[in-house]
Amino acid sequence: MATRVGIEVSIAAAEAVKQANTDVIAAYPITPQTHIVEHLSELVNNGELDAEFVPVESEHSAMSVCSGSSAAGARTFTCTSSQGLALMSEIVYAVSSLRLPMLMILANRSLNSPLSIWNDHSDVMSIRDCGWIQVFVENGQEVYDHVFIGYRVAEDRNVLTPFIINLDGFVLTHVIEPIEMLDQEMVDRYLPPYQPLYRLHPNQPVSIGCFGPPVLFTETKRAQDEAFNSTMPHILKGWQEFGDLTGRYYHPVETYKTEEAKVIVVTQGSLGETASIAIDTLRGEGEPVGLVSIRLWRPFPFEEFREAVKGAELVVVMDRAISYGGPGGPLAGEIRAALYSQEVHPRVVNFIIGLGGRDVAPDDFVQMVQQAKARPGEWYEIYGVRE
Amino acid sequence: MDKFLDRLNIYASRLVLQKEYLMPGHRACQGCAEVLALRLVAKVLGRNNIIASATGCMEIVSSPLPLTSWNVPWIHVAFENAAAVASGIEAGLKALMRKGGLPQQKINVMAMAGDGGTSDIGLQALSGAMERGHDFVYVCFDNEAYMNTGIQRSSSTPFGASTTTSPAGKVVPGQTTWKKNMPEIAAAHNIPYVATACPSYPFDLMEKVKKAADIEGPAYIHILSVCPTGWRLPPQLAIHAGRLAVETGIFPLYEVERGKYRLSVDLPELRPVEEYLKIQGRFRHLTPEMIDKIQQRVLEEYEKLKKKVEMTNEG
Ligand SMILES: Cc1ncc(C[n+]2csc(CCOP(=O)(O)OP(=O)(O)O)c2C)c(N)n1
Ligand code: SF4
Ligand SMILES: [Mg+2]
Repeated sequence: MATRVGIEVSIAAAEAVKQANTDVIAAYPITPQTHIVEHLSELVNNGELDAEFVPVESEHSAMSVCSGSSAAGARTFTCTSSQGLALMSEIVYAVSSLRLPMLMILANRSLNSPLSIWNDHSDVMSIRDCGWIQVFVENGQEVYDHVFIGYRVAEDRNVLTPFIINLDGFVLTHVIEPIEMLDQEMVDRYLPPYQPLYRLHPNQPVSIGCFGPPVLFTETKRAQDEAFNSTMPHILKGWQEFGDLTGRYYHPVETYKTEEAKVIVVTQGSLGETASIAIDTLRGEGEPVGLVSIRLWRPFPFEEFREAVKGAELVVVMDRAISYGGPGGPLAGEIRAALYSQEVHPRVVNFIIGLGGRDVAPDDFVQMVQQAKARPGEWYEIYGVRE
Repeated sequence: MDKFLDRLNIYASRLVLQKEYLMPGHRACQGCAEVLALRLVAKVLGRNNIIASATGCMEIVSSPLPLTSWNVPWIHVAFENAAAVASGIEAGLKALMRKGGLPQQKINVMAMAGDGGTSDIGLQALSGAMERGHDFVYVCFDNEAYMNTGIQRSSSTPFGASTTTSPAGKVVPGQTTWKKNMPEIAAAHNIPYVATACPSYPFDLMEKVKKAADIEGPAYIHILSVCPTGWRLPPQLAIHAGRLAVETGIFPLYEVERGKYRLSVDLPELRPVEEYLKIQGRFRHLTPEMIDKIQQRVLEEYEKLKKKVEMTNEG
């Protein structure tokens, strides 16, 4: 059984953290993540969630507290945005290398400067290679669901890797949406208590986070790389079983009207829903256009992506971050890498859009598709600049 | 005084439990009093102790993969966050024990860092952890510089000391600032227990660690840890130098228990600081004027400390 309610997405996310029976929460306020931590504090102080809420003095300490609590074997949650992520990033990398599972909701927001509290993906792209499993969600239901999926996958003994849910700031965090809330019994069935393989405990002393001399460092890193690359089937299993329970099935790459499509638009996060309206318009005009939304950002679903764009002649990639001096946006770079090995591959055009909360309307997608079709070659452009 | 403590030392091995939790075979330099202090701390905290270590000499010398010197659960995450990692361990254990995920049991949580990891880069995380009131013991091993990275100055490096980033130059004669008073900063957080210690006074040190572990809430212990390598001192003089630091009043041993100050070694008369300074290469360049300046400062600070003892024990 499940109940459908109209609820602010941040509140729903916090409710999911409660239903997941989280043990330790350590977070520091930053817009647009604040409603999540505020609601969690309320749940803890009202006795509705039996957890330790550690009101840290910085995000660096938030991630450090999380590393300690996860190492002690506790189910651990944090959430942040932008500057907060940048500040904690040193420890973000350490945590995945120490194989400490935990869940982070990242309410995506631009990085300074100029200061902007609004949404784009420059924060998460700054930690692209941090060794966490990273997903993007398109709406409130998806973030709610992924709290359970995230814990389940991260804590799987075959995975033991931290998990990030990317949630667009404001456009998702601050809106009220209809969300189907799971009954506690369903959650408990899907998400067993965390049983760590190793934990900091006197009964079985372990040393975690040792000094890696050159004779062994490469080997530890290869072990981590192999472990990370083999998380994919466990992520798929997590999604499959969640789908079996709720009827909502998630995939590494979500597709919309990609059958027979000659042009494919690629997005990440909430813009996928906007783009789908443009796809409908173009399809209505007889244009063979489809949409691919990259849900799983790390590990990158190379196979699934290639499959999704098979037969396309043009791929129009929408990035929400800049890679200064690079080949365009970070998503486009990945997509070119995914297609490089193909004998025939589509032309890739890259637009950088929606920076610092700049609105992108369905018509903008139509415009970009037309521009990409009209102008030959592979190129990138920051779209919608006011001249 | 000196003789009395010497005698105590003879009996030390009999009075102290033999069980070690920081095992031999670590890579610390000869005569390192920091690792000696750490060994004593680990001994007192015993088996039911979880350690969160900062980056620094003690972390590097005790954990080169695939080896470890640790016989208790131990974690190192980064340089500046030992207090926060310990906060997380404490919070995790608390939640799990309350919710039935772990059996109820007294487990001590200890955070450790050098003077750099404490009074410089880790100060914010430490302040946060003390203010939040986690039940843990924080131990600062103060060897008065960033030794692990090659003897660079920290805010805990004493006035006049030559380090690789405060070298005794032709114009600037070494460290130009006075040592940051870290124990006072800890005490200003009104935590239940703050103490200074030195492994040259092993029983005093161990008693303080025991007290810190028994007291509920945050406890802070600041240990002067003589580093022969960084101080340019023959290794066999490490214990002697620690004694002189105390006997000159440069590093007074005291504790602050629930706001009350107490001198652990109350000396009727302080030795001249020169006795301490002259045996160390890092102070070799000091002029008589600079030594005078240090002497004045030490006497003033010692007086201030004695006043605090008087004031907090009145009535
Ligand atoms: C963020 C960060 N900055 C710098 C360093 C380099 N570093 C490692 S240990 C260290 C100095 C440690 O000094 P201290 O805390 O006094 O400990 P000691 O080695 O003297 O015992 C430095 C600067 C680091 N590891 N991380
Ligand atoms: S450099 Fe100093 S503190 Fe570090 S191990 Fe050597 S003697 Fe000990
Ligand atoms: Mg030091």
